[in-house]
Amino acid sequence: MSLRIEAAGPGTTVQDLGRPGLRAVGVGSSGALDRQSHRIAQRLVGNRESAAGIEVPLGGLRLRATRDHWVVVAGAETPVYAGSRAIDLWRPHLLRAGEPLELGIATRGIRAYVAVRGGLALPPVLGSRSTDTLAGLGPEPLRAGDELAVGRTPLPLHLVDIAPWRVPGEHIEARVVPGPRRDYLEPGAWDLLTGETWTASTAADRVGVRLDGPLLRHRGSAELPSEGMIPGAIQVPPSGIPTILLADGPVTGGYPVIGVVLDLDRIGQLRPGATLRLRG
Amino acid sequence: MTPLVVHAFGPEALLVETADVLALRAVLATPPDGVTDVVPAAATVLVCFDSSTIAPGAVRAWIDRAAADAGRIDDADASPIVEIDVCYDGPDLVTAAAAAGVAVDTLISAHQRAHWRVAFTGFAPGFGYLVADDWPYRLPRLAAPRTRVPRGSVALADGFSGVYPRATPGGWQLIGVTDATLFDPDRTPPALLVPGARVRFREMS
Repeated sequence: MSLRIEAAGPGTTVQDLGRPGLRAVGVGSSGALDRQSHRIAQRLVGNRESAAGIEVPLGGLRLRATRDHWVVVAGAETPVYAGSRAIDLWRPHLLRAGEPLELGIATRGIRAYVAVRGGLALPPVLGSRSTDTLAGLGPEPLRAGDELAVGRTPLPLHLVDIAPWRVPGEHIEARVVPGPRRDYLEPGAWDLLTGETWTASTAADRVGVRLDGPLLRHRGSAELPSEGMIPGAIQVPPSGIPTILLADGPVTGGYPVIGVVLDLDRIGQLRPGATLRLRG
Repeated sequence: MTPLVVHAFGPEALLVETADVLALRAVLATPPDGVTDVVPAAATVLVCFDSSTIAPGAVRAWIDRAAADAGRIDDADASPIVEIDVCYDGPDLVTAAAAAGVAVDTLISAHQRAHWRVAFTGFAPGFGYLVADDWPYRLPRLAAPRTRVPRGSVALADGFSGVYPRATPGGWQLIGVTDATLFDPDRTPPALLVPGARVRFREMS
């Protein structure tokens, strides 16, 4: 009843829906960055949406099952092979004992989600099996040689032919609302934020994604006392380069927040080099 | 309590400014259903909620009612002292002393002499924001934060000191490093520094 990891790219982690409600003790929400893809993947193999699966940034995962398991891969468009046979995304597949499941490199979006019927049965930490890369909570990022126990589910398996879903591609649009510290930035900063096309930097992980584009200048040199942060907050340090905080982002921070992004699942699929429009 | 300044922070959070974080946090200790987090910080309390359970207006009304009831919190001191051994060799030590307008040795001895207290926690599990009435320096954060600050780094920013529990991104000025374990989820309590705790730094011999 387990999966053996034979290859895993950097940043491949176990994720579920995270640890809500612990921000006051310094523990952020964590959990799958593209929650919609995670939820659909879990449902496709008959799990509860809160079950734990694998989040695969960019690709490069290979695993093998010790017995037959229903699996599905969802999220970023990625070539997936079961043995030597290409299989569809968003479609459950009965992975036979000893048969390898292999993900190539994502061609659209960046994060793929692997779900296995029964869910990954790792010991929860503070109520979740998510790896919080900033807090260092939950399982270590996955590496070759790891064995992941698989649980059981009493829920029936409703086999569907395929789930009609697609992640956004090289250009992403997301809604943004004004943040609490807009007035720390120069008056034109909001218009730049919502009017320009931004490019996702390579400085991107589960903590946040830095945006390349025009600099958003601070109005003065006043320092902001550290205050609570949430996923989606767009922080602007004095360098003027904005960062969107994601699920593993810090629970407090000292840079002013110009806006809050609403469509975080889409941001979770933003590839370095992809463009982003923020609609105010 | 003076009238509250409250900012919307996205559709499911309110950021409340206050001159007395301890008092406001105390009266917000029993939130209604749907309020998920009450996060105190330096001069604000962030209140997060689930908008499918409670309306923003109801959260705002609860905060206003609670604030009207806020009295002074008795802050009598019986908390233990946590001693942290530091090797003062951080990469920002010289620039931090220059920004403070003092010699490096003066900054180091003031850091050890100060009677630090944990004002609040956050940023990462086990990270305490330390304040001291006898710490006179206010230092800027780095213009561009480091993508990786080593575990145990002892740091300064604004009027605070703090210790990074593990390697994380960070924008504080690093003056030294400690071997102390700041956070261990298998320890009770997991955090070495809890709000209200007193802290003294000692130079590692």
